[in-house]
Amino acid sequence: MSAPVALPRWADLVLLPMVCLLVALLVAAAVVAMVGQNPAVVMQALVKGAFGTARGFSYTLYYATTFIFTGLAVAVAFHGGLFNIGGEGQAVMGGLGTGLAALYLSNSLPIWAMLPVMLVAGVALGMVWAAVPAYLQAYRGSHVVITTIMFNFIASSLLVYLLVNHLRPKGTMAIESSLFADSAKLPSMQQAFAWVGVDWPASPLNVSLILSVLACVAVYLFLWRSRAGYRLRAVGSSPSAAEYAGINSKHQTLIAMSISGALAGLVGMNEIAGVNGKLILEYVGGAGFTGIAVALMGRNHPVGIVFASVLFGALFQGGAEVTFDVPGFSRDMVVMLQGFIVLFSGAMTYVIAPALASALRLLPQGVRHG
Amino acid sequence: MDEASLGAMLASTLRVSTPLILCALAGLFSERSGVVDIGLEGKMLFAAFAAGAAGSVFGSITVALLVAMGVAVALSWMHGLACVSYRGDQVVSGVAINIIAVGLTVVLGIAWFHQGGQTPPVATDVRIQPLFPDGGNWLSWIPFLGRVLGEGLLTHSALVYCSYALVPAVWWLVFHTRFGLRLRAVGENPQMVDAAGVSVKRLRYTALTLNGMLCGLAGSYLVLAQSANFSANMTAGRGFMALAALIFGRWHPFGALWACLLFGFLDAAAIRMQGVPLPIVGEVPVQFIQALPYVLTVVLLAGFIGKAVAPQALGKPYLKER
Repeated sequence: MSAPVALPRWADLVLLPMVCLLVALLVAAAVVAMVGQNPAVVMQALVKGAFGTARGFSYTLYYATTFIFTGLAVAVAFHGGLFNIGGEGQAVMGGLGTGLAALYLSNSLPIWAMLPVMLVAGVALGMVWAAVPAYLQAYRGSHVVITTIMFNFIASSLLVYLLVNHLRPKGTMAIESSLFADSAKLPSMQQAFAWVGVDWPASPLNVSLILSVLACVAVYLFLWRSRAGYRLRAVGSSPSAAEYAGINSKHQTLIAMSISGALAGLVGMNEIAGVNGKLILEYVGGAGFTGIAVALMGRNHPVGIVFASVLFGALFQGGAEVTFDVPGFSRDMVVMLQGFIVLFSGAMTYVIAPALASALRLLPQGVRHG
Repeated sequence: MDEASLGAMLASTLRVSTPLILCALAGLFSERSGVVDIGLEGKMLFAAFAAGAAGSVFGSITVALLVAMGVAVALSWMHGLACVSYRGDQVVSGVAINIIAVGLTVVLGIAWFHQGGQTPPVATDVRIQPLFPDGGNWLSWIPFLGRVLGEGLLTHSALVYCSYALVPAVWWLVFHTRFGLRLRAVGENPQMVDAAGVSVKRLRYTALTLNGMLCGLAGSYLVLAQSANFSANMTAGRGFMALAALIFGRWHPFGALWACLLFGFLDAAAIRMQGVPLPIVGEVPVQFIQALPYVLTVVLLAGFIGKAVAPQALGKPYLKER
């Protein structure tokens, strides 16, 4: 092994993530070419499907909303030195909380009371689903990665059980709950734009997009502009140093995971309150894992996460469109690309960084410091 | 329950446990050497695809097994490149393997076989057949038990017996050979192993190679013995269940074996107990039985039933300079 690689700060912050993303895209393009598709044609169709029309763009942003929530969840845990693989399960529980609140209360509560109750219920269940593994790591010594994986499976079993045995209306075949009353429906962006007199096409995009932007701002202010956030990051970068400074790292583990779970729980507002209006089986669909890719690509910063989420939203929306345009294309290519991004932006950064550093060393002196 | 259904229950427990055991042993090599392996699921899935593809194209068990093992070993080495040669995050790398496997197998499946991501079924002579076709009747001279044991134990394929035989073999390799001692040492204290003049990297790569081969067998079993072809995401969480079993068995081959058998039994029971009321507790929801392995693992990890202690250096990248 060589001496530690010293990349200039700008290269570490901007160039390295770009190069990692580029490598992932190139590998994915190679696979696409290998299976007999033209990567350029696929790319064009992707971009057209994702950004070409207002409707397509709305879908892109709708997917991005969910990814912002799960991406932020992974990032906050990361800053606390924890790896939250449980975003999937926490999002399932968030949706369950949102949905249960709506099922039991939407007939009696008006919309201005119903929506906050749903929000709080979703956030609370997501939070609990992350706080238990955090407690077990902090006080019982079990590792949060393993426990959150187990909690993913337990959450999906719980959801199936509740839907099949209790929430499904008698005599129906489909595994889903009855529809919520209107007071539990989050306004769509089409409605929201209509209030200010703008014409916008119908799509699943709803006002939880605004919620996700607020969440980004809140996470930024918390992590970098508050004492509590400083404590959390201190534990994340060096638990022993933080302990010397009088910070209780066990509390920080609990706090980091609780916030993380709460953010993942917000997925319920987008998918259940905003789009489906009832509890169904598959409303998370791997978004918890996409959140890992999003956080890695966005370098765990809210601004980066917004960009990465829009990119992934575009890939999912574009992928759905390309399926119609390009025969032989499937959305699994997007899943594959997501995997490559986790691999190269996450695991292989240390493989790519030394190569990048030696490439930079070849540049003339003036450019390197510029 | 009568003797026939008891026998069938025993047989299906052993069958369901087989890929879990292969995968758990794979995880054991890697985790004992200090490398976290979240990617068991992905490697098994990719191996299953490779076995299905090679089996249907070349029509040979040997080729199918070799290709499956080769693919899984390649993925293991990729994991090694990221986190043994370099100090990449082992969990992130494992997650990447899982996601890539889900996407890439279907992409390749669609491109090569045009069946929506499935592979065509492999021919009957490529499938792994029961070792003793009439083994179920051999013990029928023993009253009652003979039928149960015959049906339950003697109707399996060679790969099933092979997997169970691998458990003591791995135990011997890990706990009674020089290689095993070094393997365990490198998972507990790599500095010490390095100071003794043994290469940490080589040991971890060896462990990852064995890991890949076993994952390859597990994936092949799913395609060549359990169903006849590969279908999208067919591992359905078995890799994670094997990981849970490995932890539940406290990173020990026999512990993992019992855990796999328990989880396999729960899986086999879940299907049969649907709508059947049990004494005292009444009807148990099938989702509860399916979630039980994960609940049990969490409870064990939390130290409420005994204590599971992971290898000391698990998940920590080793840098020679330090």
